[in-house]
Amino acid sequence: MDFVFPNELNVTWTVMIVLYPYITGLVAGAFIVSSLFHVFNKTELKAVARFSLASAFVFLLFAPLPLLMHLGQPQRAFNIMITPNFSSAMAGFGFIYTGYLIVVVMEIWFVMRHSFIAQAQGSGLVAWICRSILIGNLHEDDSTRAADHKMARFLAGLGIPMACLLHGYVGFLFGSLKANPWWSTPLMFVIFIFSAIVSGIAVLIFHYMIVAKLNGWKLDQPCVRSLTRYLWGFMIIAVSLELLEVMSIAYKQTEEWEVLYMLIREKLFIPYVVLQYMVFSLIPFFLLGINSLFNLRDRIANAMVWTAATMLLVQVLLMRWNVVVGGQLVSKSMRGFTDYFPGVWEKEGIAMAVVIFTLPFGILWGFNKIVPLFPDVVARGGTTGEGE
Amino acid sequence: MPHDRNRSRREVLKMLAAGSGLLVFPIGTLTASEPEASAEGAHKPYWAYAVDTTRCIGCCACMRACRDENDVPEGVFRTWVERYRIGMDGEVKVDVATGNDHVFEPVGGEVAKAFFVPKLCNHCEKSVCNQVCPVGAAYQTDDGVVLVDSKQCIGCGYCVQACPYGSRFINPETHMADKCTFCYHRLDKGLAPACVHTCPREARLFGDLNDPKSKLSVLLRQRSYRLLKPELGTHPKCYYLGLDREVI
Repeated sequence: MDFVFPNELNVTWTVMIVLYPYITGLVAGAFIVSSLFHVFNKTELKAVARFSLASAFVFLLFAPLPLLMHLGQPQRAFNIMITPNFSSAMAGFGFIYTGYLIVVVMEIWFVMRHSFIAQAQGSGLVAWICRSILIGNLHEDDSTRAADHKMARFLAGLGIPMACLLHGYVGFLFGSLKANPWWSTPLMFVIFIFSAIVSGIAVLIFHYMIVAKLNGWKLDQPCVRSLTRYLWGFMIIAVSLELLEVMSIAYKQTEEWEVLYMLIREKLFIPYVVLQYMVFSLIPFFLLGINSLFNLRDRIANAMVWTAATMLLVQVLLMRWNVVVGGQLVSKSMRGFTDYFPGVWEKEGIAMAVVIFTLPFGILWGFNKIVPLFPDVVARGGTTGEGE
Repeated sequence: MPHDRNRSRREVLKMLAAGSGLLVFPIGTLTASEPEASAEGAHKPYWAYAVDTTRCIGCCACMRACRDENDVPEGVFRTWVERYRIGMDGEVKVDVATGNDHVFEPVGGEVAKAFFVPKLCNHCEKSVCNQVCPVGAAYQTDDGVVLVDSKQCIGCGYCVQACPYGSRFINPETHMADKCTFCYHRLDKGLAPACVHTCPREARLFGDLNDPKSKLSVLLRQRSYRLLKPELGTHPKCYYLGLDREVI
């Protein structure tokens, strides 16, 4: 097992293409949390409803950046919408992305209009920005608030299938390639959606708890408990589907299994078997399970949930890595494997990936300066709910 | 187009007259396969390729010719030759002469059989690379050649992933998708692809499937052949004569 086609010696899709589905996953997951509140009236999630919507927005802004970094001819990026080839799944990206961005921006506008108006009353840069966002219309009464609420709910509902489409389509990009046995499965679409939801909830818990700690806020425990249960449930579904995919190929003992087994055993044993499943799936499963089934002291529970959420963020990143890079390690000759490890400082290297992943958090900080993402905390002077 | 081909036939005849027999013979293979109707403009060719694996000697002259003809950068390949060595115990060893000189390293040991298999883009009728290109930069010409439009390609690499044969690559100099073009610039002049032209053993054959009298059409009627990965439904137009079952 040592022969690869000579053009496969270098991996084509590198760490940027690992990062792209990771970021879109965070978008989709965070948006779905916000919709659980706005559409399905899960009021216990109110504390993070705005925060999740804003998180979805900032990650969405940066989702195309890894793609641009990867393109050989980035100046032609808009050709994907100007001269789309509709037989290609990838051609849908521009339209799905733009449509979803419009929905998210509009939902933010309607959800936060009240806050924008409040901020626009003053003077200074923030007030000017808010007046610009409101297009000068600062009128508000009961009827406009009701209309805003109605529109926000409609857009949140519309956004759910669009979020699934945005991320499911990324899974479809891989799952529809019959040339690659590691990717070619209809389950890929569903796996990507559920892992997206996992990463979205995880990033909200991770970030919310850090923000609360840094500001000295007390956490909204009912909200954390609810997020914990959702995270546990969705991770069980996501990991089960991921395992199901491999088990079905293994059980069928198809021709491809021989090479995929070698891939798992030799090339992906550490990142896939040990890290993705044994460490970063199993430990969060127990941590979240204990929290979901037993009433622990808040302090211990929060530490466990934050640890689990952080580990699941890594788990989903590992899953993306193992799919994107793992699939390219297998030669289409089915007779060998290639190797890949990203450099630190190259155009598509680790440093650039860290920068791209960090930028949305900075934008979110700026967003919070314009309108508070945790208005209840501000109103109550440091607690969003029952507290510890 | 037919007019151009007619003129090129004269060029070929001139070359024949010049007595450069070694070079002309393979071109004659191409031109001999062209039907008479093409000169009158009524015939539309549909180009295809055949590899006679029983004739390839692994000299890799085709690889060098391709690199010179198409300025292919080092480290990437529009065509390559695979060497198969199947041991007495059935173990299959495959390698490619990827060095700059494209010469196979000598190897020893007892083998049950050994053979060479030239590979290139299969110019599939239902090419996946065309299907997945998000901007339509990958396309198929009327005469059956799959090409990349260098004014459209965005260099996303999706076609590279989709090609089941490892024939596509991102050119490290242009940062765009690249692959074998059947030397389309030569076809326009009535010349055979550089690899066909260079092959000293006629292991690489090229011709018009629309012409039942072309050498390629006759060969495909008379000899048994295999396609690579036919189960994928890509309908490759590179036909392998005498191909061993071990080749994927």
